[in-house]
Amino acid sequence: MSASAEATVLITHEVGLHARPSVKFTKLAKTFSADVEVALAANGPWFDAKSIVKVMAAKAPKGTVLHIRARGDGAGEAVGALAELVRRDFDEGVDHARTA
Amino acid sequence: MPEPLRLKGISASAGYAEGPLFNLDPVAARYAGKATAAEEKAALDTAIGIATGRLTALIEASEGDAADILEFQIAMLEDDALTGPAFAAIAAGQPADAAWRQALDAEIAGYETSDQDYFRARAADMRDIRDQVLRALTEDSEAAAPAGAIFYGEDIAPTRFLETNWSSGGGIALKAGSAASHVAMLARSRGVPMIVGLGASPAHLAGIALLDAEHGGIVLSPSKAEIEAFRRSSSSFTARRDKAQTYLERPAVTKAGTAVRVQVNIADPSDVDGIDISTCEGIGLMRTEFLFGKTLPDEETQYCAYRKVLEWAGEKPVTIRTVDAGGDKPVPGFTVDEGNPFLGLRGIRLSLARPEVFRVQIRALLRAAVHGNLKVMFPMIAVADEYERAVALFTEEQAGLVARGVAQKMPPLGIMVEVPSVAIAPEAFANVAFFSIGSNDLTQYVMAAARDNASVAHLNSVRHPAVLRLIASVAAFGRAQKIPVSLCGDAGGDPASIPALLEAGLRDLSVVPAQLAMAKAAIADVSI
Repeated sequence: MSASAEATVLITHEVGLHARPSVKFTKLAKTFSADVEVALAANGPWFDAKSIVKVMAAKAPKGTVLHIRARGDGAGEAVGALAELVRRDFDEGVDHARTA
Repeated sequence: MPEPLRLKGISASAGYAEGPLFNLDPVAARYAGKATAAEEKAALDTAIGIATGRLTALIEASEGDAADILEFQIAMLEDDALTGPAFAAIAAGQPADAAWRQALDAEIAGYETSDQDYFRARAADMRDIRDQVLRALTEDSEAAAPAGAIFYGEDIAPTRFLETNWSSGGGIALKAGSAASHVAMLARSRGVPMIVGLGASPAHLAGIALLDAEHGGIVLSPSKAEIEAFRRSSSSFTARRDKAQTYLERPAVTKAGTAVRVQVNIADPSDVDGIDISTCEGIGLMRTEFLFGKTLPDEETQYCAYRKVLEWAGEKPVTIRTVDAGGDKPVPGFTVDEGNPFLGLRGIRLSLARPEVFRVQIRALLRAAVHGNLKVMFPMIAVADEYERAVALFTEEQAGLVARGVAQKMPPLGIMVEVPSVAIAPEAFANVAFFSIGSNDLTQYVMAAARDNASVAHLNSVRHPAVLRLIASVAAFGRAQKIPVSLCGDAGGDPASIPALLEAGLRDLSVVPAQLAMAKAAIADVSI
């Protein structure tokens, strides 16, 4: 039996889940062995959270409620850590939001 | 000896460079096909490895925005989701270069068609990724630029800029490009001369070129006299710039002790990242056209952009100009095609003709006003009725926000003085909160000389007595009526025009950030 977990979190970052935030997000996702996916709605479509191409393709702007789900070893930790990263605004203050 | 050829562009990073022209748009590099699919796969693998290695090396020499761009590109190249389709095409019999190009073009198209500005801008990064791998695949055809070269072409990739050694001089001259691009930002921070917007070239260009990125021009096949004059301008610029740096931190004061307020012009919220707020009196002009790309921006996007700049400026004023589309700034789905766009439906005329678009901007401004010291001005006002109608829309939208319980504040509402009718008869505008003279448009309308037409550039001078007389009369009207008057055109940052502007009675100038130190130095030299 494999573990699974889910969470939802509001994106408050100025430019949304885009270039720089998505680099941080996918890097963190890759540190977990569980399969992790994200979606902009509870019923999907779901995107591979370890692929920056897929995460960018989700086009999640500021104000989006991001759904995160994981399956496999450490699923709970993975979902918790990723949701926390979004909640911490990807460790960037609004003052530092650049357009890069 | 061929005739000298002069092209006009827009300065994106001031400075001078003399050197051989290096063509950035190479003839399509040839890729030598391999015998088997396995070899094609290996070739692509190797090329991706080379591109990733180069980016990694660049990251170590970069910081801030530059490092962020590179890190994003590396993450993309390391993602199987990006490279997978190319390898699948190779397995199906495609050569490596075609497979890679197709896979990346599909990805790029997805970005280009996005309805979000930010996302669309990433298409340039994706093209950069594509071209780096293609370069690695076709390595031998890649010619290295000579030291001190002036890079000339459609556009230049950020990585190309970063891997170039600028210590021996050189510069950038682009047919397209933008002063708000990543590369322009990098060029300004490293002091690399750069001009954009040269337009299509009349012929294949080569040879020694003189790049004047202070005034925005380039000369090819220069005459001896031109080279000598250029070198004099160049060393005078270097001397002025070195001296000017010592003025940056100080308030602007003339020789006679007259204080002058110097603010800065910005075209994009990210422009403020490179400015120390203590070196200027605020933002004298924030353009909002950057928000109006391929689609019209929603209220939230605008609100966030305005708020960012207001919070950065703190107590200091930020003067935001409502959208000045039309003229030489078309916006698909908003502006109209006209035979004579500079005299047509542009600026406030267009905003009043499309109130549903204008109201969105007004709501965003009213909401952002609570986050700082906001002032708002309308471009291209010709008659008082336009101002009254714009003010009425602000009042209506404010009432709507109040009714919904949304935090808002009415900012002081002023006008641009750029249509001669306002400069000639300012008394019709005794009720505006402030005047901001747009010297670029005022000059082109007074002199009937389009500012984007090089053949009438000699007429386009703010120092013509007719233009200066109008500026002086607006300044005098403002003093008499206690209405603040400032100037936010290019002339405000031009050391050669500053004495005449102060003489005309102006004490409030707004300049592009790169000219801030030079403008303060020029002010210190005036004995008014």
